[in-house]
Amino acid sequence: MTTKRSLLAAAAMGLIALSASAQAKTLVYCSEGSPENFNPMINTTGTTFNANRPIYNRLVEFKPGTTEVGAGLAEKWDVSADGKEFTFHLRHNAKWHSNKNFTPTRGFNADDVIFSFERQWKDSNPYHKVSGGGYDYFSDMSMPDLLDSITKIDDYTVKFVLKKAQAPFLANLSMDFASIQSKEYADTLTKLGKPELIDQEPIGTGPFEFVTYVRDANIRYKAFPGYFGTKPKIDTLVYSINKDPAVRLAKLRANECQVAFGPLPADIPAIKADKNLVLLSQPGLNIGYLAFNNLKPPFTDVRVRQAINMAIDKKAILDAVYQGSGLPAKNLIPPTMWSYNDKVEDYKYDPAAAKKLLADAGFPDGFETDLWAMPVQRPYNPDARRIGELMQADLAKVGVKAKIVSYEWGEYRKRVQNGEAGMAELGWTGDNGDPDNFFVPLAGCAASRVGGGSASKFCNPEFEALIQKAAEVTDPAERTKLYEQAQVVMHREAPFFLIAHSVVFVPIRANVTGFKMSPLGTFEFTNVDLK
Amino acid sequence: MLRFLLRRVTLILPTFIGVTLASFLLIHAVPGDPIEVRVGEHGIGAERLAMLRHEFGLDQPLWKQFVDYEVQLATGHLGNSTVTHEPVWDEFLTLFPATVELGVCALAFALLIGVPLGVIAAVRRGTAFDYGLMGISVTGASMPIFWWGLMVILIFSVTLGWTPVSGRISDMFYVEPWSGFMLIDSWYSDDQGAVASAFSHLILPTIVLGTIPLATIARMTRSAMLEVLGEDYIRTARAKGLSPSRVVVVHALRNALIPVVTVVGLQVGSLLGGAILTETIFAWPGVGHWLIEAIQRRDYPVLQGGTLLIAVLVMAVNLGVDVTYGFLNPRIRR
Repeated sequence: MTTKRSLLAAAAMGLIALSASAQAKTLVYCSEGSPENFNPMINTTGTTFNANRPIYNRLVEFKPGTTEVGAGLAEKWDVSADGKEFTFHLRHNAKWHSNKNFTPTRGFNADDVIFSFERQWKDSNPYHKVSGGGYDYFSDMSMPDLLDSITKIDDYTVKFVLKKAQAPFLANLSMDFASIQSKEYADTLTKLGKPELIDQEPIGTGPFEFVTYVRDANIRYKAFPGYFGTKPKIDTLVYSINKDPAVRLAKLRANECQVAFGPLPADIPAIKADKNLVLLSQPGLNIGYLAFNNLKPPFTDVRVRQAINMAIDKKAILDAVYQGSGLPAKNLIPPTMWSYNDKVEDYKYDPAAAKKLLADAGFPDGFETDLWAMPVQRPYNPDARRIGELMQADLAKVGVKAKIVSYEWGEYRKRVQNGEAGMAELGWTGDNGDPDNFFVPLAGCAASRVGGGSASKFCNPEFEALIQKAAEVTDPAERTKLYEQAQVVMHREAPFFLIAHSVVFVPIRANVTGFKMSPLGTFEFTNVDLK
Repeated sequence: MLRFLLRRVTLILPTFIGVTLASFLLIHAVPGDPIEVRVGEHGIGAERLAMLRHEFGLDQPLWKQFVDYEVQLATGHLGNSTVTHEPVWDEFLTLFPATVELGVCALAFALLIGVPLGVIAAVRRGTAFDYGLMGISVTGASMPIFWWGLMVILIFSVTLGWTPVSGRISDMFYVEPWSGFMLIDSWYSDDQGAVASAFSHLILPTIVLGTIPLATIARMTRSAMLEVLGEDYIRTARAKGLSPSRVVVVHALRNALIPVVTVVGLQVGSLLGGAILTETIFAWPGVGHWLIEAIQRRDYPVLQGGTLLIAVLVMAVNLGVDVTYGFLNPRIRR
């Protein structure tokens, strides 16, 4: 009898265990590469950012699926009238993850914010040099020049004082480099004599806790029960690392993963035809363009720049090279970004009108120039060489003889930014969803110096005044108006031939729900579920 | 014997320096500055660029960089990865078991199938089987691994759904990396089905990596067998009235296997070369995959250190083969 009863009990326990394991949900995301480590302050690749997204939070966060800034670890914030002081009121209910080396004794507070920013900002911070140091994004977003002080008002209030008013500051704080690490964890690791573990076995406040990382194989996370926001619907999240897009797609088809990173453009029709898969798409936060060197004749003449805008058949380029994965560009910023001016009308393809404009500008027989094409594929330009050839053929029709020039990628970028090219293909992928992040680095006067980031070397006082003002005022409606005007000026001045915003594709299994593409290209799994 | 061994070992030193020099020059001949290549459209400030170049010694003249590297090697250091900042040696040790596991399985596959096929082809010389097999083996030996890998994935994983697409084990299992060999580690894991998953993940990469050695071994076995089968002692054995299978297996094959052993030794180099492609296709986290990543990221220390370690390994295996041969055949010791 006893044996029978214990057998029954064992069977019942087995059933319970079975049903529990059946309920545990695992989502596998086929990612494209190994992260450099688990610190988005130090590393600037999208791969590293995506691997850290489940773990960390920032003071403010982009609202899912948008480039709008919303609450994060700060529940609310006040901005002073002069736009220089930002006071953040931190949430009281954010808890830290734990691991074998660390059990937190307190929740998230102001000390963690100060630590995370000072680590990047100040040489004196003991963690400044850990993991090689080098905080590229912190510098790229001009934080060292911008920050005056960061002060703890109390445990749950932090004040940032800037040297000058800057509206995109909040958007900057939503970027991955502004992720918040635990000061208490850092102190614990210092005592253990293993400070580098802070970036290898990460502790965050995010929806998922880091479990393990096997280099070039996978990263495992588990749902964090103490997460302050909406609890994740899946229990285990796995990033399965596969560099080859064909293999990623094969895994998705075999249901070995449920969400996959960027497929090959050639595979798009097959994905659309597959009933088990859903193909999500969205214009990327990017722009591919041909920049005219506005400092080099004949491109100093606006008529020449406009004429070339009319001489190149944009549609033919999109059909031949982007093959459905590009959206023709008429503004520098993509249509998913706030303040996009849809009223701007693109230049029409009209070789006759182009020829006439060239004649007006004093070039009835055209001229000779160079047309630079990158040697590499970029997210916004799948084949610069091919695009260059198509442009070359179109330009020949209006008498402009363009010679295609190319260099190794690092050298290419450097020379273009030094102003050596006449016309050069290049582009940009946005960082923080703020229009300022497109206009200032690509067409602002500061970037037009020799060696500055701008390929066009465009510096127009009217345009510059508009974007400068838009960076200073904090009212979103007013900023929108200013950027809309700036786009009208840019269209008239034509410093670029704007090619396309490439479309980003994400194939998912049909049973995946709640997955939203981010215009910033990041992957988020908090709200994702499996049917 | 000792003198023979000494001579072989002395030859290793110049080879070693040659390898470091060749890999150093080749890597530096690839266009692209390791720092600039990682910078996107943002560009990099002159100050930070100078700082990073100094940190990795890239601001020194090329000859000085090489000498520094050799000195560093002499002290037993391979340097740190410029990407992960972790020691090259540690990274190699973590990833190497995966490559060994795949290589051993591929070699076993090639031997278990290649030798019997070669024997049958030799015994049935001139038949359709022989011609067919040799045709297939030429195809196998000249198969582009990349294409072949994607083909088997398409057929067996995607269309038929028999095998997993890539990786070492299903992402559903977590296996504590104790030995680094997935078959062993999964054996000790509590997860049911982990061993089966690890085994099923090995099938396709083993076939793809083993194809070229299989073809080579089959052809070598066939020609060695043909030679041996024509020997007087085989005729004698037959004349004694021994069964044909005994003549082939005991008398012919044992002697024919000696040149096959050499070929197997030489396969280690080509297996490691093939592993680079196979690992990339199957997302197999081994040293091949690691080196490809390093090329793309211009991670000089990883590339140099990884190439060097692989070269040392191949040299060691070749030395092992030479020494074994020396034992087997006293004539070559002189």
